[in-house]
Amino acid sequence: MTTSNYASERETDEGRVFTVTGGDWDTIVAGTDPINDERIVVNMGPQHPSTHGVLRLILELEGETVREARSVVGYLHTGIEKNLEYRNWVQGSTFVTRMDYLAPIFNETAYALAVEKLLGITDDVTERATTIRVLMMELNRISSHLVWLATTGMELGAISIMLYGFREREYILDIFETITGLRMNHAYVRPGGVAQDVPDEAIVKIREFLKMMPKKLKEYEDLLSGQPIWTERTKNVAVLDVTGCVALGITGPVLRSAGLAWDLRKTMPYCGYETYEFDVPTHPDGDVWGRYQVRLAEIRESMKLVEQALDRLRPGPVMVADRKIAWPAQLAIGVDGMGNSLEHVAKIMGQSMESLIHHFKLVTEGFRVPPGQVYVAIEAPRGELGVHAVSDGGTRPYRVHYREPSFVNLQALPAMAEGGLIADVIAGGASLDPVMGGCDR
Amino acid sequence: MSDKPNDGGVPVPVVPAGATSGAPAELPPASPAGRGMFGNHGTGDVSGYGGLVRQRQPIEETPRPYGGYFDEVRDALEEAYPAFGDAIEKVVVDRGELTLHVRPERIAEVCQVMRDDLALRFELCSSVSGADYLGADERRLHVIYLLTSMTYRRRVRLEAAVSVEAPHLPSVTAVYPTADWQEREAYDMFGIVFDGHPNLTRILMPDDWEGHPQRKDYPLGGVPVEYKGAEIQPPDKRRSYQ
Repeated sequence: MTTSNYASERETDEGRVFTVTGGDWDTIVAGTDPINDERIVVNMGPQHPSTHGVLRLILELEGETVREARSVVGYLHTGIEKNLEYRNWVQGSTFVTRMDYLAPIFNETAYALAVEKLLGITDDVTERATTIRVLMMELNRISSHLVWLATTGMELGAISIMLYGFREREYILDIFETITGLRMNHAYVRPGGVAQDVPDEAIVKIREFLKMMPKKLKEYEDLLSGQPIWTERTKNVAVLDVTGCVALGITGPVLRSAGLAWDLRKTMPYCGYETYEFDVPTHPDGDVWGRYQVRLAEIRESMKLVEQALDRLRPGPVMVADRKIAWPAQLAIGVDGMGNSLEHVAKIMGQSMESLIHHFKLVTEGFRVPPGQVYVAIEAPRGELGVHAVSDGGTRPYRVHYREPSFVNLQALPAMAEGGLIADVIAGGASLDPVMGGCDR
Repeated sequence: MSDKPNDGGVPVPVVPAGATSGAPAELPPASPAGRGMFGNHGTGDVSGYGGLVRQRQPIEETPRPYGGYFDEVRDALEEAYPAFGDAIEKVVVDRGELTLHVRPERIAEVCQVMRDDLALRFELCSSVSGADYLGADERRLHVIYLLTSMTYRRRVRLEAAVSVEAPHLPSVTAVYPTADWQEREAYDMFGIVFDGHPNLTRILMPDDWEGHPQRKDYPLGGVPVEYKGAEIQPPDKRRSYQ
């Protein structure tokens, strides 16, 4: 590995000292003549307030017009897919939840559905567990779209919406904390069901949220929709039509904002979505304004789904009956988060040797998954979230690949930005709603 | 990176005869990469059955009829693509999913037909990714394409296998522009070279990285971290709990 381009080194009394310089920047600007050349190269990011994390954009400008745009990703690569191969199947949930950190429930659910399909137990997952998954996913979709609204508003100069969006999202995170014990990185949806049941107080909180939210949504619209600056900055900006979206693999709200009602919950249903009543909002224009309208409408549709899921919740088990797969302990929320329930600890430590052995084996070794490969895709807030999981018959995943919508969608940025103004790069990039944790995995 | 024998002064137990199981559960740690984390020399399997030898079942062609829309897809492709017999190595249906194993040099042609034929119409390439079947397949690097037909609401998987010595196959970016970054990722992680790709460079790892991290013979961790002369050992060399 050569270090000369990145960090020169010298020996000192205290050891070797590295001086980190600007990487490949010199080589990039060397090709342009700053005085006579009309074109300048601007480096945006990877640390920039409006790049949604660590995204680096290299823009070639002619005046204020973007002639070429290239995005550089990978700054947040953490090797989650590789790490999964060294942990057992259940432990995988705790890894995948950290990918797209704004939509953890979706990562977990897609993973759980893939493992269940490999195990062949898709139909054994209890109705209550599936309903809870739908409930959690739709709440998560609302919170994710709220963050999109908040950050995009801020990036286009509307600071107030940022505060409001995060305020309401916090309410959902409170609900998640009541249910899973954590605000983020829940590892709540597990292969076979969910980690533990929804407590009654959470139901009360969700009902309160449903009552409060329509008023808040109206506030957002009052604040933004009629606002001339907001409409100027979003209408006819970063347009991408259906052909462009499909060629570039763009799914989710961006595709729907171009007019194609492609939503996996409707077109290739999973988790019983075909039995719920909801609409797929679309918009004819394919611009940032359309994406804003689609996302706001999706929040409303998600609230309908949450309400229906709440009405469907009937008492029952939340984990498959198969003791070879179900987590041996009933988990409980304590003051320090989720853990084994005290009754279970008392049982395995004081009463039943067999339970202790069973618990130990299932927790340390895990269950075996028959060899094969599956692909499961769900509709995440950003588009199609696909999991390609391969088992070789062992207790650990042989290979898990995430088809991350953030990663695929970011490819559309040059198509949206080139030929437009530099200010519209921000609007276009934000309208894709990339989450770099998911993009780089 | 860690192909040297354990020289950290850690006692290594003698492996009893027949103890190497080849069990899939031990594959990642027992691969040439190293011995797993924290000096764990076995499979990490505490079931007592770690010594059992598991036979790897070769993936077999599924006999017709496949059921569902799978027969239609195969017939349509056979009709639209004259070189079907040469290009398709086998057809596998498992867990309700159709996989066409495609000869690697034909993959771009097959994708073109899959996209353009009116009876197939796989407009969207949902996913391109790699997988490394070290020890199970001569051509161990597989590329997996997941195609989606939005018109017919169908999915099909194409799989092409190449060897490490000649990891080349044509890029499908001309057919599916969305494959651009995904092929770059497969190149980055597995070293699969997509001929005809407009800009096949690393995407997630740094440009000057050596090796392809998601290959099975590439260790987890194992990158020495330097800070003021101090070297941090890779995880599997640090300490042994024995």
